[in-house]
Amino acid sequence: MSVLVVLEQTGGKWNRMSWETFVAGQQLASELATELYAAIPGSGVAALAAEAATKKCAKVYAVEHELLKDYTADAYTTAVEALIRQVNPTLVLFPHTYQVRDFAPKLATRFSQVLISDVIAVRIESGSPVFVRLLFQGKLNGDVRVSGGGPYFASLQAGSYRVEALESGSAAIENFVPSLDAVSIRQKPEAPFRESARAVDLTTAEIIVSVGRGIKEKENIPVVEELAKALGAELAASRPICDAGWLPMERQVGSSGQTVAPKVYMAIGISGAIQHLVGMKGAKTIVAINKDANAPIFEVADYGIVGDLFEVVPALVEEVKKAKGHV
Amino acid sequence: MKIIVAIKQVPVRDSQLRVEANGRWIQEADLSFEINEPDAYALEEALQLKEKHGGEVIALCAGPARAAQTIREALAKGADRAIHIEEENLNTLDTLGVAKLLAGAVKAENPDLILTGLQSDDLGYGQTGVVLAELMGIASSTIIMQVEVNDKSIRVKRELEDGWFQHITMPLPAVLTIQSGINKLRYATLMGIKKAKSKEIKRMTLAELGTAATATATIEKIYVPHKSKQTQIFEGDAKTAAAKLVEKLKFEVRVI
Repeated sequence: MSVLVVLEQTGGKWNRMSWETFVAGQQLASELATELYAAIPGSGVAALAAEAATKKCAKVYAVEHELLKDYTADAYTTAVEALIRQVNPTLVLFPHTYQVRDFAPKLATRFSQVLISDVIAVRIESGSPVFVRLLFQGKLNGDVRVSGGGPYFASLQAGSYRVEALESGSAAIENFVPSLDAVSIRQKPEAPFRESARAVDLTTAEIIVSVGRGIKEKENIPVVEELAKALGAELAASRPICDAGWLPMERQVGSSGQTVAPKVYMAIGISGAIQHLVGMKGAKTIVAINKDANAPIFEVADYGIVGDLFEVVPALVEEVKKAKGHV
Repeated sequence: MKIIVAIKQVPVRDSQLRVEANGRWIQEADLSFEINEPDAYALEEALQLKEKHGGEVIALCAGPARAAQTIREALAKGADRAIHIEEENLNTLDTLGVAKLLAGAVKAENPDLILTGLQSDDLGYGQTGVVLAELMGIASSTIIMQVEVNDKSIRVKRELEDGWFQHITMPLPAVLTIQSGINKLRYATLMGIKKAKSKEIKRMTLAELGTAATATATIEKIYVPHKSKQTQIFEGDAKTAAAKLVEKLKFEVRVI
Protein backbone atom coordinates (compact mmCIF):
# COMPACT_ATOMS: atom_id res chain seq x y z
CA MET A 1 0.00 0.00 0.00
CA SER A 2 1.27 3.46 -0.96
CA VAL A 3 0.14 6.79 -2.41
CA LEU A 4 1.35 8.17 -5.74
CA VAL A 5 0.87 11.79 -6.82
CA VAL A 6 1.23 12.53 -10.53
CA LEU A 7 2.46 16.10 -10.96
CA GLU A 8 1.83 18.16 -14.07
CA GLN A 9 4.26 20.31 -16.00
CA THR A 10 4.26 21.82 -19.47
CA GLY A 11 7.55 22.75 -21.15
CA GLY A 12 9.43 22.59 -17.85
CA LYS A 13 6.92 24.79 -15.99
CA TRP A 14 4.77 23.47 -13.17
CA ASN A 15 1.04 23.53 -13.21
CA ARG A 16 0.64 25.11 -9.77
CA MET A 17 -2.22 22.76 -8.89
CA SER A 18 0.44 20.03 -8.73
CA TRP A 19 1.55 21.31 -5.32
CA GLU A 20 -1.95 21.14 -3.90
CA THR A 21 -2.11 17.52 -5.02
CA PHE A 22 1.29 16.96 -3.37
CA VAL A 23 -0.14 18.29 -0.10
CA ALA A 24 -3.12 15.94 -0.38
CA GLY A 25 -0.70 13.07 -0.97
CA GLN A 26 1.37 13.97 2.08
CA GLN A 27 -1.67 14.19 4.33
CA LEU A 28 -3.26 10.96 3.09
CA ALA A 29 -0.01 8.98 3.18
CA SER A 30 0.47 10.12 6.75
CA GLU A 31 -3.09 9.16 7.73
CA LEU A 32 -2.74 5.79 6.04
CA ALA A 33 0.74 5.36 7.62
CA THR A 34 2.21 4.59 4.22
CA GLU A 35 4.78 5.88 1.74
CA LEU A 36 4.21 8.76 -0.67
CA TYR A 37 5.72 8.75 -4.15
CA ALA A 38 5.66 11.57 -6.70
CA ALA A 39 5.87 11.22 -10.46
CA ILE A 40 6.64 13.86 -13.10
CA PRO A 41 6.02 12.73 -16.68
CA GLY A 42 7.78 14.73 -19.39
CA SER A 43 11.02 15.23 -21.27
CA GLY A 44 13.93 16.93 -19.54
CA VAL A 45 12.27 17.06 -16.13
CA ALA A 46 15.44 16.57 -14.03
CA ALA A 47 15.32 20.10 -12.58
CA LEU A 48 11.65 19.75 -11.70
CA ALA A 49 12.29 16.36 -10.11
CA ALA A 50 15.07 17.92 -8.01
CA GLU A 51 12.64 20.59 -6.83
CA ALA A 52 9.95 18.02 -5.99
CA ALA A 53 12.55 16.03 -4.05
CA THR A 54 12.89 18.90 -1.56
CA LYS A 55 9.34 18.07 -0.41
CA LYS A 56 8.47 15.35 2.04
CA CYS A 57 7.99 12.05 0.22
CA ALA A 58 9.74 8.68 -0.14
CA LYS A 59 10.81 9.00 -3.76
CA VAL A 60 10.38 11.16 -6.84
CA TYR A 61 10.11 9.43 -10.21
CA ALA A 62 11.26 11.46 -13.20
CA VAL A 63 9.21 9.73 -15.90
CA GLU A 64 11.47 10.64 -18.80
CA HIS A 65 10.97 10.09 -22.50
CA GLU A 66 11.34 12.36 -25.51
CA LEU A 67 7.88 11.23 -26.66
CA LEU A 68 6.49 12.83 -23.49
CA LYS A 69 7.77 16.28 -24.50
CA ASP A 70 4.48 17.35 -26.05
CA TYR A 71 1.49 15.99 -24.16
CA THR A 72 -0.57 13.29 -25.86
CA ALA A 73 -3.23 11.15 -24.22
CA ASP A 74 -1.75 7.93 -25.64
CA ALA A 75 1.86 8.49 -24.54
CA TYR A 76 0.98 9.81 -21.07
CA THR A 77 -1.44 6.98 -20.41
CA THR A 78 1.10 4.32 -21.36
CA ALA A 79 3.95 5.98 -19.44
CA VAL A 80 2.02 6.44 -16.21
CA GLU A 81 0.49 2.97 -16.53
CA ALA A 82 3.97 1.44 -16.66
CA LEU A 83 5.05 3.37 -13.57
CA ILE A 84 1.94 2.36 -11.63
CA ARG A 85 2.55 -1.30 -12.48
CA GLN A 86 6.03 -0.98 -11.04
CA VAL A 87 5.26 1.13 -7.94
CA ASN A 88 1.94 -0.61 -7.25
CA PRO A 89 0.25 2.19 -5.25
CA THR A 90 -3.19 1.86 -3.66
CA LEU A 91 -4.10 5.45 -4.34
CA VAL A 92 -3.12 7.63 -7.32
CA LEU A 93 -3.84 11.35 -7.09
CA PHE A 94 -3.86 13.95 -9.88
CA PRO A 95 -4.66 17.66 -10.06
CA HIS A 96 -8.04 18.04 -11.82
CA THR A 97 -6.62 19.81 -14.89
CA TYR A 98 -7.72 19.74 -18.53
CA GLN A 99 -4.77 17.43 -19.25
CA VAL A 100 -5.72 14.98 -16.51
CA ARG A 101 -9.33 14.98 -17.73
CA ASP A 102 -7.95 13.94 -21.13
CA PHE A 103 -5.90 10.92 -20.09
CA ALA A 104 -6.59 9.81 -16.51
CA PRO A 105 -9.98 8.18 -17.29
CA LYS A 106 -8.22 6.13 -19.97
CA LEU A 107 -5.49 5.20 -17.52
CA ALA A 108 -7.99 4.14 -14.85
CA THR A 109 -9.79 1.97 -17.41
CA ARG A 110 -6.57 0.00 -17.96
CA PHE A 111 -6.83 -1.03 -14.31
CA SER A 112 -10.61 -1.68 -14.55
CA GLN A 113 -11.12 1.34 -12.33
CA VAL A 114 -12.84 4.70 -12.71
CA LEU A 115 -11.33 8.10 -12.08
CA ILE A 116 -13.04 9.74 -9.12
CA SER A 117 -12.91 13.21 -10.65
CA ASP A 118 -13.52 16.71 -9.33
CA VAL A 119 -12.75 15.70 -5.73
CA ILE A 120 -12.79 18.45 -3.11
CA ALA A 121 -11.83 16.42 -0.03
CA VAL A 122 -10.66 12.96 0.92
CA ARG A 123 -11.08 11.38 4.32
CA ILE A 124 -9.95 8.03 5.61
CA GLU A 125 -12.60 5.81 7.18
CA SER A 126 -11.54 2.49 8.65
CA GLY A 127 -8.41 2.43 6.56
CA SER A 128 -9.91 3.27 3.18
CA PRO A 129 -10.47 6.57 1.43
CA VAL A 130 -13.85 8.25 1.02
CA PHE A 131 -13.86 10.90 -1.71
CA VAL A 132 -16.07 13.97 -1.50
CA ARG A 133 -16.98 15.29 -4.93
CA LEU A 134 -19.28 17.82 -6.51
CA LEU A 135 -22.54 16.76 -8.11
CA PHE A 136 -25.17 18.67 -10.07
CA GLN A 137 -22.86 21.58 -10.91
CA GLY A 138 -21.92 22.06 -7.29
CA LYS A 139 -25.47 22.13 -5.91
CA LEU A 140 -24.83 18.90 -4.00
CA ASN A 141 -21.86 16.98 -2.68
CA GLY A 142 -21.48 13.24 -2.81
CA ASP A 143 -19.38 10.85 -0.75
CA VAL A 144 -17.89 8.20 -3.00
CA ARG A 145 -16.66 4.97 -1.52
CA VAL A 146 -14.39 2.63 -3.41
CA SER A 147 -14.01 -1.10 -3.11
CA GLY A 148 -12.02 -3.93 -4.62
CA GLY A 149 -8.47 -3.20 -3.58
CA GLY A 150 -7.48 -0.48 -6.02
CA PRO A 151 -5.48 1.14 -7.34
CA TYR A 152 -7.93 4.01 -6.84
CA PHE A 153 -7.64 7.06 -9.06
CA ALA A 154 -8.77 10.53 -8.02
CA SER A 155 -8.33 14.05 -9.39
CA LEU A 156 -8.46 16.99 -7.01
CA GLN A 157 -10.22 20.25 -7.75
CA ALA A 158 -8.21 23.51 -7.50
CA GLY A 159 -8.17 24.98 -4.01
CA SER A 160 -9.11 21.76 -2.22
CA TYR A 161 -5.77 21.58 -0.42
CA ARG A 162 -3.63 24.51 0.68
CA VAL A 163 -0.16 24.82 -0.82
CA GLU A 164 1.09 26.47 2.40
CA ALA A 165 0.70 23.11 4.13
CA LEU A 166 3.35 21.50 1.90
CA GLU A 167 6.01 19.86 4.07
CA SER A 168 9.67 19.93 3.17
CA GLY A 169 11.90 16.89 3.08
CA SER A 170 14.61 15.24 1.14
CA ALA A 171 13.64 12.46 -1.24
CA ALA A 172 15.52 10.15 -3.54
CA ILE A 173 15.11 10.68 -7.28
CA GLU A 174 14.76 7.81 -9.69
CA ASN A 175 14.70 8.02 -13.46
CA PHE A 176 11.92 5.92 -14.91
CA VAL A 177 12.09 5.43 -18.67
CA PRO A 178 8.83 3.96 -20.01
CA SER A 179 8.85 2.00 -23.20
CA LEU A 180 7.06 4.12 -25.82
CA ASP A 181 7.04 4.06 -29.57
CA ALA A 182 5.95 6.88 -31.83
CA VAL A 183 3.78 4.64 -34.02
CA SER A 184 1.35 3.84 -31.21
CA ILE A 185 0.74 7.50 -30.35
CA ARG A 186 -2.33 8.39 -32.37
CA GLN A 187 -2.72 12.05 -31.41
CA LYS A 188 -0.46 14.47 -33.31
CA PRO A 189 -0.51 17.76 -31.41
CA GLU A 190 0.39 21.17 -32.84
CA ALA A 191 1.74 24.15 -30.90
CA PRO A 192 -0.72 25.71 -28.43
CA PHE A 193 -2.06 29.13 -29.42
CA ARG A 194 -4.27 31.91 -28.19
CA GLU A 195 -7.19 33.04 -30.30
CA SER A 196 -6.22 36.72 -30.31
CA ALA A 197 -4.25 39.12 -28.22
CA ARG A 198 -6.36 39.85 -25.16
CA ALA A 199 -7.69 43.34 -25.45
CA VAL A 200 -9.32 43.10 -22.05
CA ASP A 201 -7.19 42.33 -19.03
CA LEU A 202 -9.61 41.56 -16.22
CA THR A 203 -6.80 40.65 -13.85
CA THR A 204 -5.97 44.28 -13.08
CA ALA A 205 -9.55 45.38 -12.46
CA GLU A 206 -10.42 46.58 -8.94
CA ILE A 207 -14.10 45.88 -9.32
CA ILE A 208 -15.67 43.31 -11.61
CA VAL A 209 -19.36 43.05 -12.37
CA SER A 210 -19.93 39.59 -13.79
CA VAL A 211 -23.06 38.25 -15.39
CA GLY A 212 -24.42 34.72 -15.89
CA ARG A 213 -27.35 32.78 -17.30
CA GLY A 214 -29.77 34.68 -15.07
CA ILE A 215 -29.64 37.58 -17.54
CA LYS A 216 -31.74 35.39 -19.86
CA GLU A 217 -31.27 37.32 -23.14
CA LYS A 218 -28.62 39.29 -24.97
CA GLU A 219 -30.96 42.29 -24.99
CA ASN A 220 -30.73 42.40 -21.19
CA ILE A 221 -26.94 42.84 -21.02
CA PRO A 222 -27.27 46.67 -20.71
CA VAL A 223 -28.90 46.10 -17.31
CA VAL A 224 -25.57 44.94 -15.85
CA GLU A 225 -23.52 47.21 -18.12
CA GLU A 226 -25.20 50.14 -16.37
CA LEU A 227 -24.08 48.85 -12.99
CA ALA A 228 -20.52 48.30 -14.21
CA LYS A 229 -20.48 51.86 -15.52
CA ALA A 230 -21.85 53.30 -12.27
CA LEU A 231 -19.23 51.43 -10.22
CA GLY A 232 -16.37 52.07 -12.64
CA ALA A 233 -16.05 48.30 -12.93
CA GLU A 234 -15.01 45.93 -15.70
CA LEU A 235 -17.81 43.82 -17.12
CA ALA A 236 -17.20 40.06 -17.13
CA ALA A 237 -19.26 36.92 -17.63
CA SER A 238 -19.54 33.23 -16.95
CA ARG A 239 -18.92 30.82 -19.79
CA PRO A 240 -22.49 30.34 -21.13
CA ILE A 241 -22.80 34.07 -21.79
CA CYS A 242 -19.63 34.07 -23.91
CA ASP A 243 -20.58 30.78 -25.60
CA ALA A 244 -23.81 32.40 -26.68
CA GLY A 245 -21.86 35.38 -28.03
CA TRP A 246 -23.63 37.86 -25.75
CA LEU A 247 -20.25 39.11 -24.53
CA PRO A 248 -16.84 38.49 -26.13
CA MET A 249 -14.82 35.44 -25.00
CA GLU A 250 -12.13 37.73 -23.60
CA ARG A 251 -14.52 38.76 -20.84
CA GLN A 252 -14.95 35.21 -19.59
CA VAL A 253 -13.97 34.37 -16.00
CA GLY A 254 -13.37 30.74 -15.03
CA SER A 255 -11.17 27.75 -15.75
CA SER A 256 -11.31 28.28 -19.50
CA GLY A 257 -11.18 32.07 -19.24
CA GLN A 258 -9.36 34.49 -16.96
CA THR A 259 -8.55 34.00 -13.29
CA VAL A 260 -9.19 37.17 -11.36
CA ALA A 261 -8.73 38.44 -7.82
CA PRO A 262 -10.28 41.94 -7.67
CA LYS A 263 -11.21 43.87 -4.56
CA VAL A 264 -14.87 43.26 -5.30
CA TYR A 265 -16.43 40.64 -7.54
CA MET A 266 -20.15 40.94 -8.13
CA ALA A 267 -21.69 37.75 -9.48
CA ILE A 268 -25.06 38.54 -10.99
CA GLY A 269 -27.31 35.69 -12.08
CA ILE A 270 -24.37 33.30 -11.84
CA SER A 271 -25.16 30.00 -10.16
CA GLY A 272 -21.52 29.26 -9.36
CA ALA A 273 -20.47 26.07 -11.13
CA ILE A 274 -16.99 25.04 -10.06
CA GLN A 275 -15.52 26.01 -13.44
CA HIS A 276 -16.55 29.57 -12.66
CA LEU A 277 -15.64 29.55 -8.96
CA VAL A 278 -12.02 28.56 -9.60
CA GLY A 279 -11.64 31.71 -11.67
CA MET A 280 -12.88 34.19 -9.06
CA LYS A 281 -12.84 32.79 -5.56
CA GLY A 282 -9.60 34.66 -4.89
CA ALA A 283 -11.53 37.95 -4.92
CA LYS A 284 -11.29 39.89 -1.66
CA THR A 285 -15.01 40.51 -1.41
CA ILE A 286 -17.61 38.52 -3.29
CA VAL A 287 -21.15 39.74 -3.78
CA ALA A 288 -23.80 37.40 -5.16
CA ILE A 289 -27.17 38.38 -6.55
CA ASN A 290 -29.29 35.40 -7.46
CA LYS A 291 -32.92 34.35 -7.30
CA ASP A 292 -32.01 30.87 -6.03
CA ALA A 293 -30.99 30.98 -2.36
CA ASN A 294 -29.42 27.53 -2.77
CA ALA A 295 -27.17 28.50 -5.68
CA PRO A 296 -23.55 27.40 -4.99
CA ILE A 297 -22.35 30.98 -5.55
CA PHE A 298 -23.62 31.80 -2.03
CA GLU A 299 -21.07 29.33 -0.63
CA VAL A 300 -18.26 31.70 -1.50
CA ALA A 301 -20.13 35.00 -1.22
CA ASP A 302 -19.46 37.51 1.57
CA TYR A 303 -22.59 39.49 0.77
CA GLY A 304 -25.70 38.34 -0.96
CA ILE A 305 -29.08 39.45 -2.17
CA VAL A 306 -31.61 36.76 -2.93
CA GLY A 307 -33.91 38.25 -5.53
CA ASP A 308 -34.76 39.06 -9.10
CA LEU A 309 -31.73 40.68 -10.71
CA PHE A 310 -34.00 42.76 -12.94
CA GLU A 311 -35.28 44.51 -9.82
CA VAL A 312 -32.12 44.45 -7.72
CA VAL A 313 -29.58 45.66 -10.29
CA PRO A 314 -31.44 48.84 -11.34
CA ALA A 315 -31.96 49.61 -7.64
CA LEU A 316 -28.23 49.13 -7.10
CA VAL A 317 -27.41 51.52 -9.96
CA GLU A 318 -29.58 54.15 -8.29
CA GLU A 319 -27.98 53.63 -4.89
CA VAL A 320 -24.44 53.66 -6.29
CA LYS A 321 -25.13 56.91 -8.10
CA LYS A 322 -26.58 58.35 -4.91
CA ALA A 323 -23.56 57.23 -2.89
CA LYS A 324 -21.26 58.83 -5.44
CA GLY A 325 -23.28 62.02 -5.27
CA HIS A 326 -24.34 61.87 -8.90
CA VAL A 327 -28.04 62.13 -8.22
CA MET B 1 -19.62 9.11 -42.45
CA LYS B 2 -21.40 7.31 -39.67
CA ILE B 3 -21.51 9.34 -36.47
CA ILE B 4 -22.80 8.18 -33.11
CA VAL B 5 -23.73 10.78 -30.52
CA ALA B 6 -23.97 9.60 -26.94
CA ILE B 7 -26.51 11.72 -25.06
CA LYS B 8 -27.78 11.72 -21.51
CA GLN B 9 -30.98 12.95 -19.94
CA VAL B 10 -30.50 15.06 -16.81
CA PRO B 11 -32.73 17.23 -14.56
CA VAL B 12 -33.38 20.67 -16.09
CA ARG B 13 -30.86 23.24 -15.04
CA ASP B 14 -32.95 25.33 -12.67
CA SER B 15 -34.35 22.32 -10.77
CA GLN B 16 -34.73 22.61 -7.02
CA LEU B 17 -33.03 19.42 -5.92
CA ARG B 18 -34.09 17.48 -2.85
CA VAL B 19 -32.21 14.52 -1.47
CA GLU B 20 -34.04 11.18 -1.16
CA ALA B 21 -34.80 9.96 2.36
CA ASN B 22 -32.13 7.26 2.02
CA GLY B 23 -29.58 9.98 1.20
CA ARG B 24 -28.27 8.17 -1.85
CA TRP B 25 -29.89 10.09 -4.71
CA ILE B 26 -32.21 12.99 -5.46
CA GLN B 27 -36.02 12.84 -5.47
CA GLU B 28 -36.82 12.50 -9.14
CA ALA B 29 -40.61 12.37 -8.98
CA ASP B 30 -41.28 16.11 -9.33
CA LEU B 31 -38.41 16.94 -11.66
CA SER B 32 -38.44 17.73 -15.36
CA PHE B 33 -35.64 16.37 -17.51
CA GLU B 34 -33.80 17.54 -20.60
CA ILE B 35 -30.78 16.68 -22.72
CA ASN B 36 -27.47 17.26 -20.94
CA GLU B 37 -26.28 20.60 -22.33
CA PRO B 38 -22.81 19.59 -23.60
CA ASP B 39 -24.48 16.58 -25.30
CA ALA B 40 -26.80 18.98 -27.13
CA TYR B 41 -23.69 20.65 -28.58
CA ALA B 42 -22.26 17.23 -29.50
CA LEU B 43 -25.50 16.39 -31.32
CA GLU B 44 -25.44 19.71 -33.15
CA GLU B 45 -21.82 19.13 -34.20
CA ALA B 46 -22.73 15.67 -35.53
CA LEU B 47 -25.65 17.12 -37.52
CA GLN B 48 -23.41 19.82 -39.01
CA LEU B 49 -20.74 17.26 -39.95
CA LYS B 50 -23.38 15.16 -41.66
CA GLU B 51 -24.62 18.18 -43.59
CA LYS B 52 -21.06 18.80 -44.78
CA HIS B 53 -19.87 15.25 -45.43
CA GLY B 54 -23.02 13.16 -45.76
CA GLY B 55 -23.71 9.97 -43.83
CA GLU B 56 -25.77 9.11 -40.83
CA VAL B 57 -26.22 10.36 -37.26
CA ILE B 58 -27.30 7.87 -34.61
CA ALA B 59 -28.32 9.06 -31.16
CA LEU B 60 -27.29 6.68 -28.39
CA CYS B 61 -28.74 7.03 -24.92
CA ALA B 62 -28.55 4.92 -21.79
CA GLY B 63 -31.31 5.81 -19.38
CA PRO B 64 -34.73 4.93 -17.97
CA ALA B 65 -37.97 4.92 -19.97
CA ARG B 66 -38.38 8.69 -19.50
CA ALA B 67 -35.22 9.26 -21.60
CA ALA B 68 -37.32 8.36 -24.67
CA GLN B 69 -38.51 11.98 -24.68
CA THR B 70 -34.94 13.28 -25.01
CA ILE B 71 -34.25 10.71 -27.74
CA ARG B 72 -37.33 11.87 -29.68
CA GLU B 73 -36.07 15.44 -29.47
CA ALA B 74 -32.71 14.38 -30.89
CA LEU B 75 -34.51 12.64 -33.76
CA ALA B 76 -36.65 15.73 -34.30
CA LYS B 77 -33.52 17.85 -34.60
CA GLY B 78 -32.22 15.60 -37.31
CA ALA B 79 -30.65 12.40 -35.98
CA ASP B 80 -31.51 9.56 -38.38
CA ARG B 81 -32.19 6.86 -35.83
CA ALA B 82 -31.52 6.04 -32.19
CA ILE B 83 -30.45 3.34 -29.79
CA HIS B 84 -31.96 3.39 -26.32
CA ILE B 85 -30.30 1.26 -23.67
CA GLU B 86 -33.30 1.14 -21.39
CA GLU B 87 -32.43 0.66 -17.76
CA GLU B 88 -34.15 2.14 -14.72
CA ASN B 89 -31.27 1.79 -12.31
CA LEU B 90 -28.20 3.08 -14.08
CA ASN B 91 -27.17 4.71 -10.82
CA THR B 92 -25.99 1.35 -9.57
CA LEU B 93 -23.31 1.35 -12.28
CA ASP B 94 -20.20 3.49 -12.24
CA THR B 95 -18.88 5.26 -15.34
CA LEU B 96 -16.94 2.18 -16.40
CA GLY B 97 -20.12 0.13 -16.22
CA VAL B 98 -22.06 2.68 -18.30
CA ALA B 99 -19.24 2.99 -20.84
CA LYS B 100 -19.22 -0.81 -21.19
CA LEU B 101 -22.94 -0.73 -22.02
CA LEU B 102 -22.37 1.99 -24.60
CA ALA B 103 -19.42 0.11 -26.09
CA GLY B 104 -21.55 -3.02 -26.35
CA ALA B 105 -24.30 -1.15 -28.17
CA VAL B 106 -21.89 0.66 -30.51
CA LYS B 107 -19.80 -2.35 -31.54
CA ALA B 108 -22.11 -3.66 -34.25
CA GLU B 109 -22.44 -0.19 -35.77
CA ASN B 110 -18.77 0.36 -36.68
CA PRO B 111 -19.01 4.15 -36.53
CA ASP B 112 -16.39 6.52 -37.99
CA LEU B 113 -16.80 9.01 -35.19
CA ILE B 114 -18.38 9.08 -31.74
CA LEU B 115 -19.25 12.41 -30.14
CA THR B 116 -20.48 13.14 -26.64
CA GLY B 117 -20.57 16.09 -24.27
CA LEU B 118 -17.47 16.68 -22.16
CA GLN B 119 -19.36 16.02 -18.95
CA SER B 120 -22.84 15.52 -17.56
CA ASP B 121 -24.61 18.20 -15.57
CA ASP B 122 -25.69 15.66 -12.95
CA LEU B 123 -22.81 13.34 -12.02
CA GLY B 124 -20.16 15.38 -13.80
CA TYR B 125 -17.52 12.66 -13.90
CA GLY B 126 -16.48 13.90 -17.35
CA GLN B 127 -15.04 10.63 -18.55
CA THR B 128 -17.64 8.41 -20.23
CA GLY B 129 -16.39 9.34 -23.71
CA VAL B 130 -12.73 8.74 -22.90
CA VAL B 131 -13.46 5.40 -21.23
CA LEU B 132 -15.63 4.36 -24.19
CA ALA B 133 -12.70 5.08 -26.56
CA GLU B 134 -10.32 3.04 -24.43
CA LEU B 135 -12.74 0.11 -24.27
CA MET B 136 -13.12 0.22 -28.06
CA GLY B 137 -9.39 0.62 -28.62
CA ILE B 138 -9.75 3.86 -30.58
CA ALA B 139 -8.24 7.33 -30.19
CA SER B 140 -9.87 10.09 -28.17
CA SER B 141 -9.55 13.76 -27.47
CA THR B 142 -11.48 15.95 -25.05
CA ILE B 143 -12.90 19.45 -24.59
CA ILE B 144 -13.19 19.99 -28.34
CA MET B 145 -14.15 23.34 -29.87
CA GLN B 146 -13.84 22.53 -33.60
CA VAL B 147 -13.82 19.44 -35.81
CA GLU B 148 -12.38 19.16 -39.35
CA VAL B 149 -12.82 15.86 -41.16
CA ASN B 150 -10.17 14.88 -43.73
CA ASP B 151 -10.67 11.49 -45.34
CA LYS B 152 -9.34 9.00 -42.78
CA SER B 153 -8.38 11.48 -40.07
CA ILE B 154 -9.71 14.43 -38.12
CA ARG B 155 -8.10 17.64 -36.96
CA VAL B 156 -9.68 19.06 -33.84
CA LYS B 157 -9.28 22.20 -31.78
CA ARG B 158 -8.87 21.30 -28.15
CA GLU B 159 -9.43 23.84 -25.40
CA LEU B 160 -6.63 24.22 -22.85
CA GLU B 161 -6.73 26.30 -19.70
CA ASP B 162 -6.51 30.11 -19.51
CA GLY B 163 -7.73 30.82 -23.03
CA TRP B 164 -5.22 28.59 -24.84
CA PHE B 165 -6.08 26.11 -27.60
CA GLN B 166 -4.30 23.42 -29.53
CA HIS B 167 -4.92 21.60 -32.80
CA ILE B 168 -4.59 17.82 -32.74
CA THR B 169 -4.80 15.40 -35.65
CA MET B 170 -5.77 11.77 -35.12
CA PRO B 171 -6.97 8.82 -37.18
CA LEU B 172 -10.60 7.72 -37.46
CA PRO B 173 -12.48 6.12 -35.85
CA ALA B 174 -12.21 8.30 -32.77
CA VAL B 175 -14.19 9.58 -29.79
CA LEU B 176 -14.40 13.30 -29.12
CA THR B 177 -15.89 14.98 -26.06
CA ILE B 178 -17.45 18.26 -27.09
CA GLN B 179 -17.32 21.52 -25.15
CA SER B 180 -20.42 23.71 -24.80
CA GLY B 181 -20.35 26.66 -27.16
CA ILE B 182 -18.67 24.87 -30.09
CA ASN B 183 -21.60 25.76 -32.34
CA LYS B 184 -25.01 27.34 -32.28
CA LEU B 185 -27.80 24.96 -31.30
CA ARG B 186 -30.72 24.52 -33.65
CA TYR B 187 -34.35 24.13 -32.72
CA ALA B 188 -36.42 21.22 -33.95
CA THR B 189 -38.70 22.22 -36.82
CA LEU B 190 -42.33 21.20 -37.04
CA MET B 191 -41.39 19.01 -39.99
CA GLY B 192 -38.56 17.50 -37.92
CA ILE B 193 -40.92 16.67 -35.08
CA LYS B 194 -43.32 15.01 -37.53
CA LYS B 195 -40.57 12.98 -39.17
CA ALA B 196 -39.17 11.87 -35.83
CA LYS B 197 -42.28 9.85 -35.16
CA SER B 198 -41.44 7.38 -37.90
CA LYS B 199 -37.72 7.11 -37.11
CA GLU B 200 -36.33 3.92 -35.65
CA ILE B 201 -35.50 3.65 -31.94
CA LYS B 202 -33.77 0.37 -31.23
CA ARG B 203 -34.22 -0.68 -27.62
CA MET B 204 -31.55 -2.72 -25.89
CA THR B 205 -31.44 -4.03 -22.35
CA LEU B 206 -28.71 -4.58 -19.81
CA ALA B 207 -29.24 -8.33 -20.09
CA GLU B 208 -28.79 -8.23 -23.86
CA LEU B 209 -25.56 -6.30 -23.56
CA GLY B 210 -24.41 -8.77 -20.97
CA THR B 211 -22.15 -6.63 -18.82
CA ALA B 212 -21.80 -7.50 -15.19
CA ALA B 213 -22.39 -4.53 -12.92
CA THR B 214 -19.39 -4.54 -10.65
CA ALA B 215 -19.06 -0.92 -9.60
CA THR B 216 -15.78 -0.11 -7.86
CA ALA B 217 -16.99 3.39 -7.00
CA THR B 218 -20.37 3.98 -5.42
CA ILE B 219 -22.03 7.15 -4.19
CA GLU B 220 -22.69 6.41 -0.55
CA LYS B 221 -24.38 9.64 0.41
CA ILE B 222 -25.35 12.94 -1.19
CA TYR B 223 -26.04 16.15 0.69
CA VAL B 224 -26.20 19.91 0.49
CA PRO B 225 -22.64 21.24 0.88
CA HIS B 226 -21.65 22.55 4.26
CA LYS B 227 -21.14 26.28 4.05
CA SER B 228 -17.56 27.29 4.76
CA LYS B 229 -18.18 31.00 4.55
CA GLN B 230 -20.61 33.24 6.42
CA THR B 231 -22.67 35.10 3.87
CA GLN B 232 -24.40 38.24 5.00
CA ILE B 233 -27.73 38.29 3.14
CA PHE B 234 -29.42 41.65 2.74
CA GLU B 235 -33.15 41.26 3.17
CA GLY B 236 -36.06 43.45 2.18
CA ASP B 237 -37.31 44.68 -1.15
CA ALA B 238 -34.90 45.39 -4.00
CA LYS B 239 -34.38 49.02 -3.03
CA THR B 240 -33.77 48.32 0.67
CA ALA B 241 -31.39 45.45 -0.03
CA ALA B 242 -29.54 47.47 -2.66
CA ALA B 243 -29.13 50.41 -0.27
CA LYS B 244 -27.69 48.13 2.45
CA LEU B 245 -25.24 46.55 0.02
CA VAL B 246 -24.05 49.92 -1.30
CA GLU B 247 -23.51 51.11 2.26
CA LYS B 248 -21.24 48.11 2.88
CA LEU B 249 -19.37 48.70 -0.35
CA LYS B 250 -18.88 52.33 0.53
CA PHE B 251 -17.99 52.24 4.22
CA GLU B 252 -16.48 48.78 4.81
CA VAL B 253 -15.13 47.54 1.50
CA ARG B 254 -14.41 51.13 0.46
CA VAL B 255 -14.70 50.85 -3.26
CA ILE B 256 -17.31 53.54 -3.84
